[in-house]
Amino acid sequence: MPKDLTIKKVMVIGSGPIVIGQAAEFDYAGTQACRALREEGVSVVLVNSNPATIMTDVEVADRVYIEPLTPAFLAKVIERERPDGLVPTLGGQTGLNLATELANRGVLDDYNVRLLGTPLSAIARAEDRERFRKLMREIGEPVPESFIIETDAALRDLSRQSGLPWPLIVRPAYTLGGSGGGIAHTVNELMEIGSRGMRLSPRHQVMIERCLVGWKEVEYEVMRDANDTCITICNMENLDPMGVHTGDSMVVAPSQTLSDKEYQMLRTSSIKIIRALGIEGGCNVQLALDPHSFAYNIIEVNPRLSRSSALASKATGYPIARVAAKIAIGLHLDEIENKVTGKTLACFEPALDYCVVKIPRWPFDKFVSADRRITTQMKATGEVMALDRSFESALMKAVRSCEIGTLSLLYKKASLWSDMEIERLLSVATDERLFAIAEAFRRGLMIEEVHQLSFFDPWFLVKIRNIVRMESRLREGAVIVLTDEGTELLREAKQFGFPDRVIADLTGKTEMAVRARRKSTGIVPVYKMVDTCAAEFESHTPYFYSCYDAETEA
Amino acid sequence: MKAILALADGTTYPGTAFGASGESVGEVVFNTGMTGYQEVLTDPSYAGQIVALTYPLVGNYGVCEADVESRNVQVAGFVVRELADVYSNWRASESLDAFLKRAGVVGVQGIDTRALTRHLRADGVITGVLATGDALDPAELVARAQSAQGAYAAKDWVKHVTTPDVYHWGASEADAKYRVSVLDCGVKFNILRELAKLGVRSTVYPATATAAELLSENPDGVFLSPGPGNPELLDYAAQTVADILASEKPVMGICLGNQLLGKALGGETFKLPFGHRGANHPVKDLPTGRVVITSQNHGYALDPDSVAGADVDITQINLNDGTVEGLAHKSLPVFSIQYHPEASPGPTDSRFYFERFLENMERSRK
Repeated sequence: MPKDLTIKKVMVIGSGPIVIGQAAEFDYAGTQACRALREEGVSVVLVNSNPATIMTDVEVADRVYIEPLTPAFLAKVIERERPDGLVPTLGGQTGLNLATELANRGVLDDYNVRLLGTPLSAIARAEDRERFRKLMREIGEPVPESFIIETDAALRDLSRQSGLPWPLIVRPAYTLGGSGGGIAHTVNELMEIGSRGMRLSPRHQVMIERCLVGWKEVEYEVMRDANDTCITICNMENLDPMGVHTGDSMVVAPSQTLSDKEYQMLRTSSIKIIRALGIEGGCNVQLALDPHSFAYNIIEVNPRLSRSSALASKATGYPIARVAAKIAIGLHLDEIENKVTGKTLACFEPALDYCVVKIPRWPFDKFVSADRRITTQMKATGEVMALDRSFESALMKAVRSCEIGTLSLLYKKASLWSDMEIERLLSVATDERLFAIAEAFRRGLMIEEVHQLSFFDPWFLVKIRNIVRMESRLREGAVIVLTDEGTELLREAKQFGFPDRVIADLTGKTEMAVRARRKSTGIVPVYKMVDTCAAEFESHTPYFYSCYDAETEA
Repeated sequence: MKAILALADGTTYPGTAFGASGESVGEVVFNTGMTGYQEVLTDPSYAGQIVALTYPLVGNYGVCEADVESRNVQVAGFVVRELADVYSNWRASESLDAFLKRAGVVGVQGIDTRALTRHLRADGVITGVLATGDALDPAELVARAQSAQGAYAAKDWVKHVTTPDVYHWGASEADAKYRVSVLDCGVKFNILRELAKLGVRSTVYPATATAAELLSENPDGVFLSPGPGNPELLDYAAQTVADILASEKPVMGICLGNQLLGKALGGETFKLPFGHRGANHPVKDLPTGRVVITSQNHGYALDPDSVAGADVDITQINLNDGTVEGLAHKSLPVFSIQYHPEASPGPTDSRFYFERFLENMERSRK
């Protein structure tokens, strides 16, 4: 279907002030969407209370209102501008809540403003926990089973049920931080932890859920148009297993430890969900995958552009917000051009030929007394992303980009940690866990030991150990590193993402000497293009990453 | 040990050997899928080809017995940027390296596979030699690649991969809901698995079987498998398909099966510059306008003009290059698709075509 020509003016609600969990990514997405709408000849009215955004620049929208993001102010803008439509899914949770509020108050009906893109009913189905679980059960998608128990008799009945999804996590209701809960592996443990939990709960209530601790956490970014065509933009695998908020997890794209059968099983499930919800635009599906079987669970769905979609967009080169905006005004995926290639269409799935690593940036350097533990509530105030041909180098680049005072996995505090502290830092997620893993390998811990404590997949652990081993190879190779004999070592160190300064520090040379030697032996970075298609088609995009591979494209 | 991939145009890519040691020659192609290397390696449609993956990190999840698509590793050689030093997956039983060693297939890592892909994209697929050893002479390897030029397109690879004997797969004679004869030009196990899941008993025949043989047990339908190589060498199989059409039995074809159906109706095929190999190809179904993301692996395509007057409609096209992706006979319960609804590797979005085949068989019984 061609675009809906009755839509001439569209209102976009920005996401307001930057807060944890809702930061610059919505400015990025909103700006992209405004431009996409204007490309189609649609006039854009933008409302945002945050003037320090790109989207409030005069050339991004036709009309910009810097006003408080409240239903009353928005109603006034609507009254004055009389837009034909409103896209609610571009401004994060703030934009979505306001659009819902305007619809509920009848403002949209009063002024004949159509909600474009994903219908509010679909959003409600995704966001209401009980309705979502019900829908998942209807379409046969597994959600973590959970039971609310208020008496010892009910607990005993539950413990006698066959086919319980052991182990079970017991959370006392209304206690601070869920204290008094625990993980039960047997009937006896369940009875013990359950009754203790009820005693500790002011409401004498515990929630018992399937425990997914240690499962892999995987996300898919999915898009759907009004013609029911669905595509996935990319998937992402969290290095941190279940239990850490994805905003606080280190993430790699695409997934690295999933076989094709697993990858496709979760992709199929994500597409089934976006169809069942009836989303028109983008959507993020989070799943937990058992590392020892094909069992998986749906954790959560974000029926809008999210922090993850901004990451997926940059990671793949696929402009998710742009395409979502075009879908909102009626275009189908196969009617939207892929601007990167200029030849193919937006209706395809990006193929990556590099590895993407995201590391969250936490503010613990500013809030020194804050609790560094990261759990299910997001604490990161930003994130960095790095691209490279190898995982090691992408990780090293990302660490460097965090600007936390270290250029590699050599972390100043690490040598002062006792073995006990390291064990704790491996098993309790904090911003320092990555460095604790590296230090654990420096002290000779085995992959299996670190895996048992951290639940990081062994594949990632081996990669981190490769970096640590390179540290010692450089130390041992100090004498040869700048000679012909050491050329391969130097090249490998660069391919692992070691900066000249770190190589110099480890080998007792100067940074200048390392750089001069490197250049004289032709060990210099090349630049490769992010083209959405793994070089299958010619592309025209000024979007590159550096790597120590053979051919340069810049 | 070192290894070199040498192309007939004189380009050489030095790397490090893995898998078996030795030397092999083949048509060098690339695949853009990010998962599914084991399925690619064992897909008979890659026979005679040296396959490069564009995704740089390969071998991460090892290999497992359940994911093979045929009894052998079919590729002539395997080219990757980086082979995983360890594998990690609950189903894995061995490393990719060990798997290729056991199969006697050579591999090379450490090659800038993106540079290779850009080369193939610009100049088309080309003959290459992949050799392992520490004292290789690149010029000699280039010369060998040059002398092998044209050999891939001139060889009937279907005869190389087809089953020598008839065999059965899926439901027993007694339990079978449907009985299907499969013309095996290089069938993938997952096609037989998908049919079996739907209660089908498949009887798999060599590619040289005649229509009379395929129809001898009065099957409910006939399935035309994918397969490797140049379809223009397969007049015998196209004739078999033409004879099957005369029986008015339901027919479903995949990949080479799509081309054979076209040829049986008088069509012709041509070679694509660098083929379609990956898990992200958009295909539009013309009657509904719906697009599905498909798994593809083919180097040849059906010329749409050559079937313009035939009893067949072009029902699907590839959105990247407009090539033919599906045919439906105008009057018979016969259809084919150029891509892989059985996935393995790739998305399973088009799996419903197996059900459509079943519906056709059900209808034609009445």
